Amino acid sequence: MSVDIAVIDYGMGNLRSVSKAIEHVAPAASVVVTSDPAVIAEAGRVVFPGQGAAPDCMREIDARGLRQVIIDAARSKPFLGICMGMQVLFEHSEEGDTACLGILPGTVQRFPREAMHDAAGNTLKVPHMGWNNVHQAMPHPLWAGIEEGERFYFVHSYFVQPATPEVIAGFSHYPFPFTCAVASGNIFAVQFHPEKSQNTGLTLLGNFVTWNPGASETACDMSGAACA
Amino acid sequence: MLAKRIIPCLDVTNGRVVKGVNFVELKDAGDPVEIARRYNEAGADELTFLDITASSDNRDLILHIIEAVASEVFIPLTVGGGVRAVGDVQRLLNAGADKVSINTSAVSNPQLVKDASDRYGSQCIVVAIDAKRVGDHWEVFTHGGRTPTGLDAIEWAKKMESLGAGELLLTSMDRDGTKSGFDLELTRAISDAVDIPIIASGGVGTLQHLVDGVREGRADAVLAASIFHFGEYGIDEAKRFMKQHGIEVRL
Repeated sequence: MSVDIAVIDYGMGNLRSVSKAIEHVAPAASVVVTSDPAVIAEAGRVVFPGQGAAPDCMREIDARGLRQVIIDAARSKPFLGICMGMQVLFEHSEEGDTACLGILPGTVQRFPREAMHDAAGNTLKVPHMGWNNVHQAMPHPLWAGIEEGERFYFVHSYFVQPATPEVIAGFSHYPFPFTCAVASGNIFAVQFHPEKSQNTGLTLLGNFVTWNPGASETACDMSGAACA
Repeated sequence: MLAKRIIPCLDVTNGRVVKGVNFVELKDAGDPVEIARRYNEAGADELTFLDITASSDNRDLILHIIEAVASEVFIPLTVGGGVRAVGDVQRLLNAGADKVSINTSAVSNPQLVKDASDRYGSQCIVVAIDAKRVGDHWEVFTHGGRTPTGLDAIEWAKKMESLGAGELLLTSMDRDGTKSGFDLELTRAISDAVDIPIIASGGVGTLQHLVDGVREGRADAVLAASIFHFGEYGIDEAKRFMKQHGIEVRL
């Protein structure tokens, strides 16, 4: 039986929160946490979470033979990257000098120590941990029902720097603006944790489970047939 | 802007919240799931469960509680108490905890902090430090503040950061239960010594104490039990008070 939503399990951290939150917003859907490439390939939608360090993530993805199925899913069906699952979509991470999946052009960098001061001169802690405002850089179906500047829960020490600014869907400040959401065709990826961001996060996940990228203009380049 | 976090802490033993919680119309003052639900609705930024179960027979009860809470409360959940091995960390994470707090075992086996953070990531490893003023410095105590370790709290905090702790939960044993406010000097000394976030704990009796913990103590988050449990102050009230005093909070 094919599943509606596959949550990719590659051994990087706790996926229970993600799967529980998705089950909560899509009670009728079949949601599976899986590392089986065949299940991921068959699933209608894919969630790509992840915690931990970039080198470990890439090693575990390859150890499970998941690289190609992730790339295929990111090109063909509604795809939600979360946290490390956002970072490794890019080409390279400064964390452990790691080559990543290269699905989106750009790099991943650490919050630079010398920049981590607030306006009053206080040191800002890294990891960036807690609830921060997310500013929407473009209209997108996944932002539906979410107010501009709503807070989401973050925990991370690295952030993405897309080479193509047009994919930037959201940004936050710590203390400088950094990209915390990207959108490209059927891909939406976020640095924050919607599964831990209470009602605001559940709204975003609810938008994802009903999202039809083929219906939106941004997806036309990648899936022209569906837009015709 | 990043908000300072307010974290209610629930002491759980044998599957029940002890000390009770005094919410209006709460059906069962000892039910951890219902209490978690209420705190979530009230705007808590995270929840911390401290398992103080003495008997190992009843240890698994916390897992069922976390499973139940994680199925309906979608904010970060931290669980501590009795974490002795990487396997304990794994069981709690699998049950739905987002972070696991390690206290006594970090002292007896610092390698546990490194092994657990290597395996699951620093973001889910909190080291709890119970510190007490001894002469001109602060010493780390374990076993609920009963056992001195000889370790200097500031040096210990730095060591825990270097072994992979993602956050420190700092409790002043001098202030815990006194309602006389955080040990601000201690909080500030530890916060300035490390790059990772600090949760201040121990001694909160008024909303001004929460403000002081952030302002003077430079804490990134404040944890409190009794002022919230007994209905003296609501989470929302505490946040509005902090906001009035210029502190960024999630409202």
